[in-house]
Amino acid sequence: MLADRKPSPFSRFSGGWVAVRRTLLMTASLGFLGLFVGLPLVFIFAKAFSAGLQAYLEAIHNPLALSAIGLTLLAAGIAVPLNLVFGVCAAWAIAKFDFFGKGVLTTLIDLPFSVSPVIAGMVYVLVLGMRSPIGGWMDAHGVKVIFAAPGIVLATLFVTAPFVARELIPLMQEQGEEEEEAAILLGAGAWDTLRRVTLPNVRWGILYGCILSLARAVGEFGAVSVVSGHIRGRTNTLTLHVENLYNEYQFGAAFAVASLLTLLAVLTLAVKSYVEWRSEAAP
Amino acid sequence: MSFLKRHSVLPGFGLSMGFTLTYLGLLVLLPLAAMILKASELDRQAFLHILLDPRIIAAFRVSLWTSAAAAAVNMVFGSMLAWVLVRYEFPGRRFCDAMVDLPFALPTAVSGITLTALFAPTGWLGVWFERVGVQVVFTPLGIVVALVFISLPFVVRTLQPALEDLDPELEEAAASLGAGRWQALVRVIAPVLLPALLTGFALAFARALGEYGSVIFISGNMPMKTEIVPLSIIMKLEQFDVAGATAIATVMLAFSFVLLLAINILQSWSASRHAG
Repeated sequence: MLADRKPSPFSRFSGGWVAVRRTLLMTASLGFLGLFVGLPLVFIFAKAFSAGLQAYLEAIHNPLALSAIGLTLLAAGIAVPLNLVFGVCAAWAIAKFDFFGKGVLTTLIDLPFSVSPVIAGMVYVLVLGMRSPIGGWMDAHGVKVIFAAPGIVLATLFVTAPFVARELIPLMQEQGEEEEEAAILLGAGAWDTLRRVTLPNVRWGILYGCILSLARAVGEFGAVSVVSGHIRGRTNTLTLHVENLYNEYQFGAAFAVASLLTLLAVLTLAVKSYVEWRSEAAP
Repeated sequence: MSFLKRHSVLPGFGLSMGFTLTYLGLLVLLPLAAMILKASELDRQAFLHILLDPRIIAAFRVSLWTSAAAAAVNMVFGSMLAWVLVRYEFPGRRFCDAMVDLPFALPTAVSGITLTALFAPTGWLGVWFERVGVQVVFTPLGIVVALVFISLPFVVRTLQPALEDLDPELEEAAASLGAGRWQALVRVIAPVLLPALLTGFALAFARALGEYGSVIFISGNMPMKTEIVPLSIIMKLEQFDVAGATAIATVMLAFSFVLLLAINILQSWSASRHAG
């Protein structure tokens, strides 16, 4: 069953040693993967169901859990469509046109990846918190951003901003601009060209970018932790709810809620594999 | 749009560029700039007073060495894993390949509580460490474990394309010229992979340095011992010490910028290698 995909040029010199080396390498690396990544995955579900199905369902039907699910879905529901629009705009400008400062702009789009999520949350506390001029003014007019849902949405937007753009930029660069130029020269409008030529070509990239940004929006912890204020039933997202349960030693419930988040992560990986398989099958 | 390098028949440059800049500017750049502006209001004395606090120095030391250690561990296991996934065909290869991304897709808080429970003295893996007298949870070792977990995909995903591009003919040439396996690895393969290896290290290190969610559960957050810099920022914020938080965050941001620059340079170096 086991065979080198590319025959090693050394195999004819060293015979049996090659098989030994392969076995050693595979044991070490796949053992590492299994222990470090596979085992945690199994562990989450084992813990989640350790107190039985009844306890699992109770943990998820708990009103605090439901309100956390609601807030998380609200933040993700705003973040994913906005990221899609931003990603398509950024990819259109960067992939289809040549302009000065393109490298800088591409780097700036990646910036939220390099900034600690704690800092991503903190900048909004500085700009929009009660003690800032803008935050004070908004508070006087009855608008609360920090320690409220809008702050959580903003922090989510910050950390998820690059996901769709990063998927689409290389894809659209690869496609070139001949097809769009042909469509425009044949009299198609800008909107029709985008909708019928460009977007269908990159549809798998869009799907994957969206699911990545959904997973990150739902799973973000550090940034929302700073802006949320941890008001139970009001400003707790799913991940913050998991933290609360864990800190209260309700391990079963914590892992039950965590298993929902894990399912989304597994779904993300499945979509990624599917998209890769599609693009390999029909390049 | 005057800064277009060449004319294009395609429409929508102004609109898409305008939206991109506005979105990125309002959401990311302006808030970050506001933070740097806030930090610049502090005079040098106050800035140094915050950063030279022994507790903050200790936090930087812990953050830097655990991130470097985690990236180094992933250099070893990540390279082996990338090699096995690219070069060998075996049942379940696709599944293993997909699994590599799990730490990236899993919410950090979930990773945090899971690793803590796994490595606790009574946990599935912790019992084995307990037997040899090694405590993982609430020690710097625990921080390294969490950071190894979350930064693994960055190393593997950076090395995979470089390994796929690596022409077996190079090894063949080395072999026919009389090089041994080890010699070929060190003198032929490693130099070609060097840019990708360094990029992977830098990406893993950068990700580990800013990491918060997966670390705070397993580290125990003891000042001077297992407190990481992102946690110091949160502590300052919770004490309403905005100036302190701003100063520390600005230094962290400077680290991020330097790493981002380094990664960009490494990636273009890597790209030129593969083109040439």
